[in-house]
Amino acid sequence: MSKQKKEGPRRKPLTKVRLKNYVLNVLGNPFNVIVFFSLIMLFCLIVIPVLTMLQTTFVVAKAELRSIPGAQLGDYTLFYWKYLLASPLTKSILWQPFLHSLIIGFFVTVIAIPLGAVLAWLMIRSDIPGKKLLSLLIIVPYMIPSWCKALSWLAVFRNATSGSKGLLTGLGIPIPDWMAYGPFAIIAVMVMHYYAFSYIMVSGSLRSINSELEEMGEIQGANKVQILRKITFPLVLPAILSAAIMTISKSIGSYGVAANLGNRISYYVLATRMKEFINDSPKGVGYAMSLLMILLACGTIFANQKMVGVRKSYATIGGKGTRSNLIKIGKAKYGLLVFIAGFLVIAMVMPTFVLVMESFQIYTGGGYGLSNLSLYAWIGSLDKAPLEAYAYNGIFKNSEFIRALLNTIKLSIIASILTAFSGQFLGYISTRGRGKWYGTLVEQLVFIPYLMPAVAFAAIYFAMFSQKRLGGLIPSLYGTFALILLVSVVKHFPFASRSGTANMLQISTELEEAAEIAGASFWRRIGKIVIPLAKNGFVSGFMLVFISIAKELDLIAILMTPRNYTLSYLAFEYSKSLMPQCADAIAIVMLLFILLCYRIANRFGADISKSWG
Amino acid sequence: MSRIELEHIDKYYGDNHVLRDINLTIEDGEFMTLLGPSGCGKTTTLRVISGLEAPQEGIMKMDDHVVINANEEFYEEPSKRGLNLVFQSYALWPHMTVFENVAFGLRIKKFSRKEIEEKVMTALKTMRIEEYRGRYPNELSGGQQQRVAIARAIATNPKLLLLDEPLSNLDARLRIDMRAELKRMHQETGTTIIYVTHDQVEAMTMSTRIALFKEGEIAQIATPLEIYTNPVDLVAADFIGNPRINFIDATAIYENDTLKVKSDLGNYEFGKDTMKEGEEWPVGTEFACVLGVRPENVDIVEQDPGVPFTVECSIYASQPAGSETIVALTAGKAEFLAIQKSIADYAINQKVWVVLNPEKMNVFNKDSGRLIKLAALKTSNK
Repeated sequence: MSKQKKEGPRRKPLTKVRLKNYVLNVLGNPFNVIVFFSLIMLFCLIVIPVLTMLQTTFVVAKAELRSIPGAQLGDYTLFYWKYLLASPLTKSILWQPFLHSLIIGFFVTVIAIPLGAVLAWLMIRSDIPGKKLLSLLIIVPYMIPSWCKALSWLAVFRNATSGSKGLLTGLGIPIPDWMAYGPFAIIAVMVMHYYAFSYIMVSGSLRSINSELEEMGEIQGANKVQILRKITFPLVLPAILSAAIMTISKSIGSYGVAANLGNRISYYVLATRMKEFINDSPKGVGYAMSLLMILLACGTIFANQKMVGVRKSYATIGGKGTRSNLIKIGKAKYGLLVFIAGFLVIAMVMPTFVLVMESFQIYTGGGYGLSNLSLYAWIGSLDKAPLEAYAYNGIFKNSEFIRALLNTIKLSIIASILTAFSGQFLGYISTRGRGKWYGTLVEQLVFIPYLMPAVAFAAIYFAMFSQKRLGGLIPSLYGTFALILLVSVVKHFPFASRSGTANMLQISTELEEAAEIAGASFWRRIGKIVIPLAKNGFVSGFMLVFISIAKELDLIAILMTPRNYTLSYLAFEYSKSLMPQCADAIAIVMLLFILLCYRIANRFGADISKSWG
Repeated sequence: MSRIELEHIDKYYGDNHVLRDINLTIEDGEFMTLLGPSGCGKTTTLRVISGLEAPQEGIMKMDDHVVINANEEFYEEPSKRGLNLVFQSYALWPHMTVFENVAFGLRIKKFSRKEIEEKVMTALKTMRIEEYRGRYPNELSGGQQQRVAIARAIATNPKLLLLDEPLSNLDARLRIDMRAELKRMHQETGTTIIYVTHDQVEAMTMSTRIALFKEGEIAQIATPLEIYTNPVDLVAADFIGNPRINFIDATAIYENDTLKVKSDLGNYEFGKDTMKEGEEWPVGTEFACVLGVRPENVDIVEQDPGVPFTVECSIYASQPAGSETIVALTAGKAEFLAIQKSIADYAINQKVWVVLNPEKMNVFNKDSGRLIKLAALKTSNK
């Protein structure tokens, strides 16, 4: 009896009864209906906007009617792509920013990856003292939004180019522009932020390595350096590569830092150049640039999967839960301790200190003498301003600030509730649909926003919603809170659905099947079994999304109008003015707010390392 | 209370044909075990019966009421089939107490508060866990969780109870206790039970009948004793019994209604009356066959007893285990095991004699692997 192993089911003729029962089976199951609507939603929110933007780059817009002789509104054109790729301007609008982006991406990666990896190794595998405190402190800089770090950098290094002095200029140390602004500053600030990727990934990988593997090397006679090079390093290499790709992709796509530190001296990267085009014109060129950025990001991520995908699956977890033995680093530990302390001072303590102090100064860079300190940036009002150059009230007397604070809270709460709910639902669909076409499709659709730099993603929504479409069926949402909300929700889908998936995977399908057999309807199963069990994961997912949205700048910069300013954007605006004290004060409010949120999130078991930059 | 019929059930996962033409009738009140190695389709069959999986082909009836008709895409909902299921992982809801777990199905069926209390307590008492009613599942041991899972399944008085490897997560001693518990519960409630396991001892000790699965097909349906005595083929014979059955390579010729077998364990002749009907074997020409000898049907003696069917062999290894001794022997090229129901110890390479019982031997056709000569269910002269 030799039967073929592979054979599909017999195709059966379609009869009336069959069709009736089939339709009843599909429609009678609310799960199918939910899957159907989710797919439609994802399609409308992700696929259609991308296609719309793509189409927009080939169609003549109103602003360019005069530039393109003989063109009618809505004509097909290659004008924008030619403008970007093959015009006299190409060098300055495309290649130069592209080169800048690459330089920044390269140096950030080359510096941040070893830094994070070494820190991770010290924290996980060495016997360096004070680990508990140190490993907490090392992760703190990551919680600080990168644009806050840029403000701190300015507080230290600012020079006459931007009007008010920074700490060092105030001390009489002349700071050249190349140091205060531009690539050096951008790279330095980004390194202080993105080292966290490599730290988190490498420490996760190191934790999963059974120390018996290293001990075996020791027994074979290898010394510490050999063990490190021949055993430990190859095992964490996949994690390092992953972190490198993430860092490159993130630093190339990042807007906030580059705008804060580059625009003042007209140092543009792809992201900042793109925003200029989208906010001015020709917008089509900006859209084309953002498509290029998306392709670039997709390319790096696929390269990651190609390179790392295969090797990712080292079965490094040992069978026994033995405590891993730490490697003694002897006298070197004191040197390394100084190194870590130095790093923490430079990355966290000093910038934060300077930032806080500057918010109390009357003259920035004027020293910390009592005569130069005031609470003006916090609670002052213009009629009592110590300087005529001051343009705003102190933030707590400033209606713009109050509105931005309320906007931020409103946006974060509504967007993160929506995102977290959708995330759980999408996670539910992709876990229950594992291996089925719709599960895979949902997973892939949800993944798309992850491929796009935030600023490019915003450009897509800008292109989609800056005008009425389908004869007014889709209204123009530009300048509305709704658009900012929508973009925040969809951009965080990949993250939320990943946490939803992880959450749902913990709820075995058998728990649901047991209820199904007991006669519980779909909604009753969701209400009585899934939701009560998913609660904790939901809250921690919610908090992480909340924090991420609260500190977001890149994503919303393009879509901002004064009425909708959030704290991040207001600080960004103020930092460009002659009065950085208010921007500093806002950044500090932001910092406190975020640290508070992390505290709360931690109580629900949220893992900071799972949050996004 | 319930008779289940499966007719021509076929199930595919994509192109993977996991159930092949399953035909099975389970009589009312039976304890039917689906037995087989992992991945042979027994759990899938159980899930098809429960309604959690829909097969692409076939019909299933419960008490002559059609619950699956794949041709018409008709699949009755699980909750309307009047059955309940105990999962391998127990699937106890961790956020509900023992009482709430058991009461869940009753609440959905909208019983009154008093009835629920009564039914839950009856179920808990049947499983002897009434004192744990207020505990959460993670506060119970594995065995207690198992009892809760069964209590939850029987609280709704299902016509049919499905058990999916319910004992596989328990330690060896608890497993023996729970076997007795399940058997008692079956007799007390009279419910029809379908029980999935890969453990042949569980199947042997508890079932009224066993359906032996092999690669998505049912290889044999029979009582435990029949399946043990006359397994339908080499694979089934190998799977059932611990220690395993001995296979001795041999040659045979069938002439004059007699099967003559030559092997390192002696030569035997079997009459037509012991041959299995409906099987095929060559007539008049020599063919390869396999002798099946259960280890307990091999008697070891230290002196030549001078009786028929005695073979001289040598001891390969001896493993005394208290109540019994497992002895490995060699005779010519044949290696085989014997179980002695006594404490005995033999020296390695010691010369001994074994006495065999041809009535209790199986003969398999080596080409097809199928059983051709039956062993007697009862001993006639020994």
